[in-house]
Amino acid sequence: MTTTKTIDPVCGMEINPDTAAGQSEFKGETYYFCSPSCKEKFDAAPDKFIKQQEIMAENTTNGANKGLTTKQATDGSHNDHSLSNGTGQRVDLPITGMTCAACANRIEKQLKWQSGVDACSVNFATAKATVNYNPEKTNVAELIKTVKDTGYDTAGTATAEFVVDDSARPSGSGTQLENHLSKQRGVTKANFNLATMKVSVEYLPNNADLKQIRASIEDFGYKVREVSGNAEDAEDSLEHAHAEEYAELKRKFWIAAILSLPVLVIAMSHGSIEILNFAGVNWLQLILTVPVVFYCGAQFYRGAWAAFRHRAADMNTLIAVGTGTAFIYSVAATVFPSFFMSATHGSMPGMNDMPAHLSVPVYFEAASVIIALILLGKMLEARAKGQTGAAIKKLVGLQAKTARVIRDGKEIEIETEEVVPGDIVMVRPGEKIPVDGILVEGLSAIDESMLTGESIPVEKKTGDEIFGATINKTGAFSFKATKVGKDTALQQIVKLVQDAQGSKPPIAKLADTISGIFTPIVISIAIATFVIWFVAASPEVRFTMALVNFVSVLIIACPCTLGLATPTAIMVGTGRGAENGILIKGGDSLETAHKLNTIVLDKTGTITKGEPELTDVISSSGWSENDFLKIVASAEKQSEHPLAAAIVRGAETRNLAFEKVENFNALEGRGIEAKVSGKDLLLGNLRLMNERKIELNDADNTVEKLAGEGKTPMFAAIDGKFAGIVAVADTIKPESKEAIQALQNLGLEVVMMTGDNKRTAEAVAAQVGIKRVLAEVLPEGKSGEIKRLQAERKIVGMVGDGINDAPALAQADVGIAIGTGTDVAIEASDITLIKGDLRGVVTAIALSKATIRSVKQNLFWAFIYNVIGIPIAAGLLYPLTGWLLAPIIASAAMSLSSVSVVANSLRLRSFGAPKAN
Amino acid sequence: MDTMEIIVIIGGVGLIALTLWYFFGEREKVSAETSESGVQEIKVTVKGGYSPDVIVVKKDIPVRLNFYRDETSSCSEQVVFGDFGIARDLPAFKTTPIEFTPEKTGEFTFACGMNMLRGKLIVEA
Repeated sequence: MTTTKTIDPVCGMEINPDTAAGQSEFKGETYYFCSPSCKEKFDAAPDKFIKQQEIMAENTTNGANKGLTTKQATDGSHNDHSLSNGTGQRVDLPITGMTCAACANRIEKQLKWQSGVDACSVNFATAKATVNYNPEKTNVAELIKTVKDTGYDTAGTATAEFVVDDSARPSGSGTQLENHLSKQRGVTKANFNLATMKVSVEYLPNNADLKQIRASIEDFGYKVREVSGNAEDAEDSLEHAHAEEYAELKRKFWIAAILSLPVLVIAMSHGSIEILNFAGVNWLQLILTVPVVFYCGAQFYRGAWAAFRHRAADMNTLIAVGTGTAFIYSVAATVFPSFFMSATHGSMPGMNDMPAHLSVPVYFEAASVIIALILLGKMLEARAKGQTGAAIKKLVGLQAKTARVIRDGKEIEIETEEVVPGDIVMVRPGEKIPVDGILVEGLSAIDESMLTGESIPVEKKTGDEIFGATINKTGAFSFKATKVGKDTALQQIVKLVQDAQGSKPPIAKLADTISGIFTPIVISIAIATFVIWFVAASPEVRFTMALVNFVSVLIIACPCTLGLATPTAIMVGTGRGAENGILIKGGDSLETAHKLNTIVLDKTGTITKGEPELTDVISSSGWSENDFLKIVASAEKQSEHPLAAAIVRGAETRNLAFEKVENFNALEGRGIEAKVSGKDLLLGNLRLMNERKIELNDADNTVEKLAGEGKTPMFAAIDGKFAGIVAVADTIKPESKEAIQALQNLGLEVVMMTGDNKRTAEAVAAQVGIKRVLAEVLPEGKSGEIKRLQAERKIVGMVGDGINDAPALAQADVGIAIGTGTDVAIEASDITLIKGDLRGVVTAIALSKATIRSVKQNLFWAFIYNVIGIPIAAGLLYPLTGWLLAPIIASAAMSLSSVSVVANSLRLRSFGAPKAN
Repeated sequence: MDTMEIIVIIGGVGLIALTLWYFFGEREKVSAETSESGVQEIKVTVKGGYSPDVIVVKKDIPVRLNFYRDETSSCSEQVVFGDFGIARDLPAFKTTPIEFTPEKTGEFTFACGMNMLRGKLIVEA
């Protein structure tokens, strides 16, 4: 074994082979490493490091290595100003994978050897490489490549996308702009897609920001139309589109209404109003109807044509064919009345001397009034539909616009999108928190009601998780960003709710199948109606009767109602859930949840708080309760046992001062002993008391009673005499009893599942009113128990606190994860409650029942409406009652039907959680 | 029964047959192309329907459907792939990519939020 020092081929550190963290053989040579991670890097690609080592060895022999590095680094920092103001640029690269200071040296050397780099210093502590370079000779991408080739990586690049407009400059190759951007400080990669006119830029957020990059694109003569790739923009533009659509519908409706009113009066008068019986009355109607059809109703014809080209038929098809037929016939009858006279009345002598406008009926009102009414319906529907998505809009709008972060040691304000993981974000009282992270400094209460529905602010201290979009109430603090953009809890919730809103419960399958074939079938029925009326009616009226009923059938049929029935209810229902911190995964979860008849609650963390609390302090005669607890808690303060912490917390809430403790000794499996303020304390279980021969008087009964209540009692003896009992227990959450009562009121059998022994479990169950208990269930046995319940033909919901219960949550018909916003829990469960409150389960199940009820009502009305409406419009009742449906009435009914379905769904917005009583 | 009635009956029956054939008949299928990065990609234009509206993809290879919505009509503002649990809003005159990996073969419909505009995704082994 040699004692000569050797060099770690990866980081170049001088090490002693005897103390090396690892070694590897390569081409007959043995190499030693300073750390396991250096060995790992070497083993991955030994060749690369051997070559580097040779060069390094040369430098070391020249004796220039260490001195040169330090000197240049110092020079580099001195040169900062002159360099960045002159031809050079300075960039800070965050480096990952460095394990020791020698790693930093190695990167520094490699960077310095690169052409174009003027100076460089790598700081191991801050994990940053500061490089001064000449942008004409090299760029950040090459610098990063060097770092990667050396065996390390750079961290934290962000990507932004710009949509540009090249109207200001002749279009050509995209490479020029790419080159221009690559030379900018902090830009690592630029890609210009000429086809889509999109520039995507990868950059180091520490060195560049969106504003600068945008400015450099604009410097180059392009106009930046939008910076895309964030959800808010899309949502905004959608909202904008909705507002525009509504305004347009409104304008068109009023024009149609004003123009069609006189047409309606003329048509309804049937010649009974003398003044309207002039020769050109049909022409007047024609003139009034043309703008309604060609301007107000144009969207229906355009939509129908677009659908027709796709071999599809929809709502627009029905409206277009219906109103179009009425209009074209009426125009023809106005322009060539004689043709229709001969066609309909040709064989009837004596009719020819009647005035033309009375003998040939026209149906302009069918075209114009229908268009006006449908526009009104669409208008109401657009407004109501806008409200169904209100919950999502509210969620998206919660995000903070800007964030204050520490960059280069300075506090700067940037757009929220520019925050990267690792940034230190400063938050003042009253401010909105921009992204998710971990609190690093400060203390505050945060209002998380927007995410959890819980109105009481939550106390946060160092190490606690902070969520974006929540509001800081009291103190100033700083936190380290961990999740940004699409990864934040808020965005996850938004995505989950959006996906859930688009999903459909199985109940909607039938409606989907029907609406898929609905329109062509209705067109066929309408044609059949025409044929039957033409054949069956008397020759004088056969054409007009056939035509009117043909139009009525087309107009009354409403595939929209079928199509709107499910999604609107699901949207409002899931949105209402999200407002209450209830995330429902999809339509099928909703549907199963409403069918549940059994619900299994995990005890620890679900019914109980999941951490022990001091419940009883019973001191024997001669000791006051507080003095006794003071001594016990003082000693327990030294202990690391979880039960000890409960006792200490209990003493703290009673504002007791702790006393001096000496000779603390933990007795394995028994308890503790210590000297507190000169008194000898023994605290522990029965075994300890028996071993030390402590007289327990009549304490046995008390202990029995406490254990029966599911508590863990501990005996205490002071100066060799029994002094009292303290008991701790995992306490029941205050709302558990009420929630369980409410679940039972909903008709569910509530079952408790726990790993605890039967006695403790039953004690807890009795307190909250649960009759069926599954005790002593091992964690891996939980899903088996659920299966057993399912074998009893029960539809089982399982409530648990996430990861540990994942298999049981997955096995249950509906898994409800409680008190968590983590990805894993959301993944495993069908319903996630962000708030750790059992009442949320009640709300979730009641909400699912209400939502599915709305879906059923909507579907029922949509089906019934069409099933009854279409035959009436076709004139099926005519032979029996003489009823026919005028096309105008048909259109009013149609408009009302879809509005009523949306309105019914909107009732869910006022859904409130049921109370226990 | 006069000639006119016979003409109307024959014409009506023919028209019904034509309607049913036109809307329910066989459509043209279009396969997604696999790009260099191993993603099956295809552009779908949304305007009163989806073109193409029958898309053929392969199983277990990531699919990226780029929906370009070429209209503002509210009918098409959302596209739903019910079988894949995907629902996306499509901003007008913008391309919205939808990515997923089909893990089972079969025919899956996709539709607008109201189930009026429909298309079919055929996943082949």
